[in-house]
Amino acid sequence: MAEVPVSWFLTLSAVLFVLGVSGFLFRRNIITVFMSIELMLNAVNLTFITFAYQLKQVNGHLFAFFVMVVAAAEATVGLAIILTVFKNRSTLNIDDVNSMKN
Amino acid sequence: MNFSQYYTANDHFTIIPAVMLALFGCAILLFDFWIFPDPRQRKWLLIFVVLAEIFTGVGLYRQQAWLAGQSPSMLQGFGGAVTLDGFSVFFNWIFLVAALIVAVMSYQYLEISNEHHGEYYGLILFAQCGMYFLATGTDLVVLFIGLELMALSFYVMVGFLRADKRSNEAALKYLLLGAFSTGFLAYGFSVLYGLAGSTKLQDIGDAIAARPAWDPVVFLALATTSVGLLFKIAAAPFHMWAPDAYEGAPTPVTAYLSVASKAASFAFLLRLFNGPLQSLSAEWEPILAFIAILTLTIGNLAAINQTNIKRLLAYSSVSHAGYMLLGLVANNAMGTNGILVYLMVYTFMNLGAFAVITAMRRQGIIGDELEDMAGLMHKNPGYAMLMLVFLLSLAGIPPTAGFLGKYYIFLALIQSGHYGLAVVATLYVAVAIYYYFKIVRSMFIREETERAPAASSLGLRLALGVTGLLTLVIGIYPEPFLELAKTSLVR
Repeated sequence: MAEVPVSWFLTLSAVLFVLGVSGFLFRRNIITVFMSIELMLNAVNLTFITFAYQLKQVNGHLFAFFVMVVAAAEATVGLAIILTVFKNRSTLNIDDVNSMKN
Repeated sequence: MNFSQYYTANDHFTIIPAVMLALFGCAILLFDFWIFPDPRQRKWLLIFVVLAEIFTGVGLYRQQAWLAGQSPSMLQGFGGAVTLDGFSVFFNWIFLVAALIVAVMSYQYLEISNEHHGEYYGLILFAQCGMYFLATGTDLVVLFIGLELMALSFYVMVGFLRADKRSNEAALKYLLLGAFSTGFLAYGFSVLYGLAGSTKLQDIGDAIAARPAWDPVVFLALATTSVGLLFKIAAAPFHMWAPDAYEGAPTPVTAYLSVASKAASFAFLLRLFNGPLQSLSAEWEPILAFIAILTLTIGNLAAINQTNIKRLLAYSSVSHAGYMLLGLVANNAMGTNGILVYLMVYTFMNLGAFAVITAMRRQGIIGDELEDMAGLMHKNPGYAMLMLVFLLSLAGIPPTAGFLGKYYIFLALIQSGHYGLAVVATLYVAVAIYYYFKIVRSMFIREETERAPAASSLGLRLALGVTGLLTLVIGIYPEPFLELAKTSLVR
C-alpha cells in the first residue's frame, strides 16, 4: 500500500490555515470569526504532527498538545467575553460593536 | 526511575521567580474567598501582591548576584529550554516594577468601579509569570506558552469592567486580533520546527544559517512569525487593536498593557532577531526599516486629532514601538542597548502618565477625555506638574529620561550608517511635541470645568512619586541605569 506523501498533509494544513485567515477577515458573526481562529490553530497542529511524523520525533506531537491546551483556554476566555458583549449589546455582528471611533 | 534528573537545583534556580508568581497568583485566588471574604479586608490582598513581588524580587536578586560572579554569565535550565542571563534578569526587573506600580495604583480604581479585587491581582501576577518565560525562554514551546499566559491574562483584565460597554468591546477586539496573531505566530513556529527538527532557538538558528538566503520555506516561517510578533508590539500595519484596547480597558490595565506587555514582546523579538534570525539580517533589515517608519508615521499622525487621552497615548505608544524597532534595524550592540534603555525609561514615564489619568477617575467618570484634564493646574498643581514631566519625557526633551532613550537609538542609527532614518525619526519628535502639548495646554491654560478634586490614595501617590522621581533621576544622573542596561546585553 502506497503511503500518502508528506507534502499533501502540508498543503492541506496550508489550505486550512488560509481558510481560517479568510474566515477571520470576511465573516461578520463573532462566533464564526472565533471558529476561524480555531481552524487556524488546528492547521498549525496538523503541520506540527506532519513534521513530527516525517522526522520521527515526539517534539512536534508535544507542541500540538500545547497548542490544543492554549486553544481550549482561549475558547474559555473568548466565549466568556463574547457572552458579556452579547449581554450588553444583544448583537453578535462584529460591525455593530464599534462604539469607539477616531 | 529517578525523577530528580528532570528537575535539578539548576533548573529550579532558573525559574524560581516564575514559580513564586504562579504560587502567589493561585494563593491570592484562594484567599480572596476563603480568608478575606469581607470587602473591608481587600487591602490585605494588595499587601499580599506586594509580598509576592518582594519574594519574586529576592529570587531575581539572587539570580543577578549569581550571574555577576559567572563567566560567561548565563545558566541554561531544562536542557536549554530556559536561559538565565543578564538580558532576562533586566527584563524581569522591568516587569516586576511595572506589575508592582500597576497593582498599587489599581486599588482605588477598582474601589470606585466596584469590581472584585482578588481575580484582578491574581491576573496581574499570572501575566507577569507569562512575561517571565517570554524573557527567559529559549525554546519555542516555552515562549509560546509564556506568550499565551500573558495574553490570556490581559484579555480578561482588559474586559474587567463587565458592566462597561467600552471595556467589553475593547476585550473583544483585543481577544480576536490577539488570537489571530497567535495563529500566525504558531504557524511560523510549526514551519521553524519543520526546518530545524527541533524547538530550541539555538538549533533553529543553525538550521536557518545552513539554508540559502531567500529560501521560500525560511521566508514563510520568517514572515508568519514576524506578523505575529509585530501584532504583539502594535507596529503598523498591525496596530489596529491598540487604540481600542487601550481606550476601553480600565486605566491601570492600559498602563500595564502598554508597558509590560510591550516590553515582554520586545524581549521575545530581540531573542529571535538577535538569535536564530541573525544570519538573515540582510533580508529583514530593510523590511523592518520600512515597518518602523510606517509605525512612526501612523502613530504620530493619528495621535494629532485625538480628544481621548488614553487613545492619544495609545497612538503615541505605537510610535514609541517604531523608535524601538529602529534600534533593531540598526542591528548593532548600541541599537540593542538603546532598546533596553528606551524600554526602561518608557516603563517609568508611561506608567506615570497613566497614573495621572487613573487619578482623574471619579464616580461615573473615567477621566480620560481632554476635557477632564482642563484646569488641572488650578485644581491639583502637583498632578499637573508630574504630568508635565511625563509628557516632556515621552516627547524626548532633556533633561528627562525620555531623551536618553531616543538619544541612544539615534546614536545607533548613525553608527550603522542609517542617516536617512535618523533624520526622519528626529522630525517625528517635533510632531510628538505638538500633540503632547495639547494635553499640557488643556491642563495649564484652560479653565477648570468642574470643581471635584482628583482622587488620591496612598498607592496612587506612591506610584506617581516613584515614576516621577525616576523619570527625572534617570534623565539627570543616568550612569548607573545605563550600566545596568549594558551588563544585560546578550551579544
